[in-house]
Amino acid sequence: MQTAGAEKLLELRVDAKTYVSAAKTPVGVLRDFSFALAAGSFATFVGPSGCGKTTILRIAAGLDRDFRGERRISALARIAMVFQEPRLLPWRTVEDNIRIAMHAASVTGEIGEWLERFDLSDQRHQYAGELSLGQARRVAMARAMSIRPDLLLLDEPLVSLDDTVAARLRRELREIADSHKVGILLATHDLEEAAELSDRMLFLAGKPARVVLEKELSIPRSRRDRNAVMVLVDEIRAQAPGARD
Amino acid sequence: MTRTLSLVGLIVLWGVIAAAVHSPLLPGPAAVAEALLRDTRSLELPYHLACTLLRVVAAFMIAFSLGIVAGFAMGKSGLADRIGDPWLVILLNLPALVTIILAYIWVGLNEAAAIAAVALNKFPNVVVLTREGTRALSVELEDVADVFRLSWPVRIRHVVLPQLAPYLAAAFRSGISIIWKIVLVVELIGRPNGVGFVLGSAFSLFDMVTIFAYSFAFIAIMLAVESLLVQPLERNANRWRRKAA
Repeated sequence: MQTAGAEKLLELRVDAKTYVSAAKTPVGVLRDFSFALAAGSFATFVGPSGCGKTTILRIAAGLDRDFRGERRISALARIAMVFQEPRLLPWRTVEDNIRIAMHAASVTGEIGEWLERFDLSDQRHQYAGELSLGQARRVAMARAMSIRPDLLLLDEPLVSLDDTVAARLRRELREIADSHKVGILLATHDLEEAAELSDRMLFLAGKPARVVLEKELSIPRSRRDRNAVMVLVDEIRAQAPGARD
Repeated sequence: MTRTLSLVGLIVLWGVIAAAVHSPLLPGPAAVAEALLRDTRSLELPYHLACTLLRVVAAFMIAFSLGIVAGFAMGKSGLADRIGDPWLVILLNLPALVTIILAYIWVGLNEAAAIAAVALNKFPNVVVLTREGTRALSVELEDVADVFRLSWPVRIRHVVLPQLAPYLAAAFRSGISIIWKIVLVVELIGRPNGVGFVLGSAFSLFDMVTIFAYSFAFIAIMLAVESLLVQPLERNANRWRRKAA
């Protein structure tokens, strides 16, 4: 699906989202939350763990329909998600994990290209259950990107990876955000990561959570070097004292 | 090697005891082997074995296909579980002999009644195991299947069945051994052929040689099924698992 630049890829309005806890009491997760993502833009939700970032992503993905509000997205939009844990099929090989997703999305293309891109060529025929966490996360990322999604949802995809791997995956993400017309929603608690990657940052806080600060990043992604990112982070910290790293 | 030696030891022990008591009620290995050869040449033994095996296979397939469907439905849907559970408890506690007698009386002394009675005995066990397996299915992987829009056939093959495999293997294993024992009873009571029928007539004639010969022939076949079919299948289903260190 190709949408015009200004056209909205995804529109979300959550008046209230609660869940019933084990103790049978309703707990508010989100309230009066509304959000729209233009095709091809990159938005990041920043906030401490447990603040509702995952819930927003699940609602955006259509996995959670139990909320008061509205979700609008073209039925044709291809959605891919990278979950907090890699969630691969451990009984299938790396190659098959990607192939199954591509096949379901009717995407043709070379799997080898994706494996190479994520440095997985040597693991091609290994079962996903045999991989290290870092490798598995890379497969999950390759699987999501291989279907050429219109909407890519990333739930803390770089958590607990060593710095080199995380840096490499961030580089991949930048490249994909710049070269493909894909709308990306990233959930993270890492300010630097958000400042390096996104076009727009939304800070969540409170219980039930709401957006406490929204920030457009005007410097193009390609011109944000290490220094620029640090300046941005300082600026944000000054504006939102609660925004932690 | 040790296993073979142990088996040879058993046969030697049997021979020694048989020679010592020297009674028609405990024939020695030589007499039994001779009967085995004789009935194999006359095709009597292969014929009865084939009758029994066909019944085992037929009952097995019916019990499995219906049991898996019912178990899956009960594992997935709380309503199906509440409706089906009391029936299941009754079936589980119904003595095999009662099912067999009822089937013969209501349906008639025919093949359909015989196979139905055996299948009905195995069915609840398959349901219970499949239901447990279905309840244990990963919600996380279901999310993945939802987001990536896997079709039902793809889901079943790549996501559901690999998770159910250990449960189905357990049902298969216990099924094989239970079913063939019940088939013999069904044949003893109301069939004009099969190993159970032969054992019944040999019993009325105190023909111990025949009883031993047919029992051993059948045990040998079931051992072959176990090592040539069940174990390779299990190994194949588990090949992705890391070997225990």
